[in-house]
Amino acid sequence: MIIDLQRFVASERPHWTELERILSKLEAEPNQQMTLEQLQRFHRLYERAAADLARITTFSSEPETRRYLETLVARAYSEIHETRERPRRLQPLKWLFHELPRTFRRHIRAFWLSLGITLAGCAFGGLAIAFDPDSKSVLMPFPHLQGDPADRVAEEEQATDDRLAGGKTSFSAYLMTHNTRVSIFALALGMTWGVGTMILLFYNGVILGAVAVDYIRAGQTKFLLGWLMPHGVVEIPAILIAGQAGLVLAFALVGWGRRVPLAARLREVSRDIVTLIFGVALLLVWAGLVEAFLSQYHEPVVPYAAKIAFGTVELILLCLFLARSGASESKRNGEAP
Amino acid sequence: MKTSTLLIRTPEGIVFSQSLAGPVTRFLAWGIDFLCIAVLLLTLAKLLAVLQVISANMAGALSALGYFAISIGYGIACEWGWRGQTVGKKLFRLRVMDAEGFRLQFHQVVTRNLLRFVDSLPPFYFVGGLACWLSPKCQRLGDVAANTVVIRSPRATEPDLDQLLAGKYNSLRQYPHLVARLRQRVSPAEASVALQALLRRDEFDPQARIELFAMLAGHFREKVEFPPEALDGIADEQYLRNVVDVVYRTRTEERKVKAAA
Repeated sequence: MIIDLQRFVASERPHWTELERILSKLEAEPNQQMTLEQLQRFHRLYERAAADLARITTFSSEPETRRYLETLVARAYSEIHETRERPRRLQPLKWLFHELPRTFRRHIRAFWLSLGITLAGCAFGGLAIAFDPDSKSVLMPFPHLQGDPADRVAEEEQATDDRLAGGKTSFSAYLMTHNTRVSIFALALGMTWGVGTMILLFYNGVILGAVAVDYIRAGQTKFLLGWLMPHGVVEIPAILIAGQAGLVLAFALVGWGRRVPLAARLREVSRDIVTLIFGVALLLVWAGLVEAFLSQYHEPVVPYAAKIAFGTVELILLCLFLARSGASESKRNGEAP
Repeated sequence: MKTSTLLIRTPEGIVFSQSLAGPVTRFLAWGIDFLCIAVLLLTLAKLLAVLQVISANMAGALSALGYFAISIGYGIACEWGWRGQTVGKKLFRLRVMDAEGFRLQFHQVVTRNLLRFVDSLPPFYFVGGLACWLSPKCQRLGDVAANTVVIRSPRATEPDLDQLLAGKYNSLRQYPHLVARLRQRVSPAEASVALQALLRRDEFDPQARIELFAMLAGHFREKVEFPPEALDGIADEQYLRNVVDVVYRTRTEERKVKAAA
């Protein structure tokens, strides 16, 4: 019980100021290491401030002091009771070659589901075009895909001037930003319990399947592979991984068969979702460059065989990266590779 | 249950509270941020207009990348750099914090900002606003996913007690031990009700004013029993004025006021 409030505040204030100083330093330099003595002192000051707050809470005449102490205790609480790993200094290579592929593998179930939904969309789009070629305008509402594929191929192969001359960099930047936006949208739609993400993945699959069947039926398979493979083998997996991130979020929201509170489930996956979406952005930067600088050039400028070989190498490297990179560290930590 | 206060109980048994920001304040703060983003984009466009003369291709690329980086990165950079605040949030004294009182992490900042894509649907944050309105902790979908809340820390203004209490003899002060007991037993909420009633006394109808102060005085009389001579001839309103005086002003402050007078 506090009898003389003023004396109480005067005697305690130096401790509060010291705690505030330590907190400001900790917040400014999150990576600093404290000695055992400093940690003990910090903890003692926190406990003292918390006790002071408990004593002053019922004191109606000191709302300012109470608010100040509440803020102080809240800040110290967040430092002392935080059990999650402290943010380390930025290690881009370690993140790229260890954290990203390991996170991808940790949520592989969501990736297979994302792939399955896209393949279902592909099958639907392909069958629709095969059985009803007139549905093209509905399935592929893009002007450059409306015509006969054979006409387009002939036109592209006979072109003498570079239609992207002087515009490749801006076209590439447009592709990167547009596709990254779509990917973020696929992730964010995970908050609709995954329904929005699934619809987006299915629709992407429908367009892909419809385009593929349209070109195959027109006998332009080689052109199709040469056109899509150099960037598509990176861009399509990137969209699938964005879908994977959205489904990871949806799984956490639904929480089938888990007796963990929603907040805890979301806390578990939050870091992984961000890792995946940053990985997606990186893949889309590469895909954007390839699409603008290589994919739009056809025979006789670039042989189809070379483009298909380039795409195949990219796909193998990407699969190896996602399947094997960082596996040794996973093994060391006793996780599945 | 919907509440405007977030209570956090520490393992030591201490409870501290944070006021949650409502959808309207947050929307206004977002309006300021929207203006900031617009200004940044306008500045970028002016700079790129110069580059356009040298290379239209490069200017086009930088424009696309700059627009993307500013529109998405503004919230992330500000909230990470300023510990949960943007320009709009600073102006409205709002701050993003972890819903359980822990340190705000980078991935939380990124998650809540990326999920704006859904929260801002269809236009003008309708989904986010609705979620915020329905959520017990005033969270939009991005906050739910990132496990964050937006709190407000309004600037506390001291009531003008001198104007309210000046020059009046306070018979309760003759009994310092009872005054100390009263200050212990009156909760902050009760003291605030009494103070508000006195500050707004002229707004009440005469009959309502008498009834209100009789009820409040009765309530405070039950807290501590003062001797009859301390309460002799004191109306309910004056009694309440005396209670507010001893609760809000210590003896030292009173001396200072008298000396200044």
